[in-house]
Amino acid sequence: MEISYPTRDGDGSLVRMTRSQLRSELEDGTQAAAARAKVPPLATDELDHLLDIWASPARFSSVDIGDEVVLTYDGSGSKTVGTRTQDLLISEQMLGADSVELAHVDYSFKAVKTILPHEAQNMKDAQLVLTAPVMYGAMPNLGLYSQPDGPVPNWSELLPLTKIDEARAAQEEAIEHAVKDMVAVADAMWEAGADGIDFDTAGAAGDADLLATLLAVEKIRAAHPDMGIEVGMAGEFVLGVHGQLEYDGVRLAGLWPREQMALVRRAGATIFGPAVNVNTRKSGAWNIARALTLVKPCMDVAEVPVHMNVGMGVGGVPMSSHLPLDAVSRASRACVDILQLDGL
Amino acid sequence: MRAAGDLVARMQITRGMRIGEAKAYVAERLGVSPSDLSDPLAMEDVRRDQQLGRITTFEMSYASESSAMESKFRIAELLDLRVNCVERFAQHAGVARAMTAVDSWA
Repeated sequence: MEISYPTRDGDGSLVRMTRSQLRSELEDGTQAAAARAKVPPLATDELDHLLDIWASPARFSSVDIGDEVVLTYDGSGSKTVGTRTQDLLISEQMLGADSVELAHVDYSFKAVKTILPHEAQNMKDAQLVLTAPVMYGAMPNLGLYSQPDGPVPNWSELLPLTKIDEARAAQEEAIEHAVKDMVAVADAMWEAGADGIDFDTAGAAGDADLLATLLAVEKIRAAHPDMGIEVGMAGEFVLGVHGQLEYDGVRLAGLWPREQMALVRRAGATIFGPAVNVNTRKSGAWNIARALTLVKPCMDVAEVPVHMNVGMGVGGVPMSSHLPLDAVSRASRACVDILQLDGL
Repeated sequence: MRAAGDLVARMQITRGMRIGEAKAYVAERLGVSPSDLSDPLAMEDVRRDQQLGRITTFEMSYASESSAMESKFRIAELLDLRVNCVERFAQHAGVARAMTAVDSWA
């Protein structure tokens, strides 16, 4: 009778699977990704290595000594223990963070723009007492620019009414507002001494959201040649909510990570963060195989560091509020071992 | 900061270096091997000698050494890297060293 091992489902539930079952999950996951994105599945030796990681009762798994990578973050600190600067210090001094990210709990550029001087002062104060690089992060979050939260008509309401032209026009107008806000925040943060800026969940509202981000990155790069710019995606596939938007002649709807990375690089970013969402109805093994298959094509052509998003509900990590260490460490190790990532 | 992760991260964030290139660059500037970069014991000596800032605890404090902004001045020089907050600090403090670098930024 085969030995069973503790493992996680996509929702974080602890289950048990045999080596054979885990192998089957890994193969299903990679084949599903390959068929969907029309990319090669993982190789046999890669699946073998993943199986060795997953078919283990160990609480923690890690890369070999010497293969360590660095980490960037979407926000650092709990924001409940102390001040935000204290939280950043905790991340640096007690958790050994390679970099930290100052962020506001209302984590959107539109919201942050309204309190920008306060945020900039926080950045300046934090830089005085931190040694690690301090980034500033927020989300493009294009939806906030639609009514009732913003000035433009709500395209989510227009689309079901088949008002396609009006919906597209609304998104195009929202892009203009979003770019202005993102550039304003980046300018202020650079002035305050930030090491870089992070655009988190780019593309969350679809192709218009990604286009706003790319246009903002372009402007920021032109204004600040030395500024670090990280673009982290919202998902593995860019939804064509608008459907006709292009950046530098490339249609944004339907892009997978490799094509996303090319445009992010072209716009001027220094770090690209692909994201692959977790299917909570599938096993952790299925999810990691799928995630690695979708991101692997990036690595052959990467010209900037690739920091895959590995966290709650992305990158093979279960979608749960308190992340189990066994799941996070396995996913992290798998991403570095198989993909030869530059960071997480 | 227990080892050299913050230094490698800086090369990625600011110069877009891939991990291998960033490690090789930092190792060469520090005069160590890339494998030393993730060894907290090896890097303890390097960070102390080069004044690059360290993890401080109740038992181990280094009030007579560089830390935070002070360390970042050292880091910028050691890595030949324009660190934004260092340049701003120097400008605001009236330290002549970095004046031309900031003036050149529009």
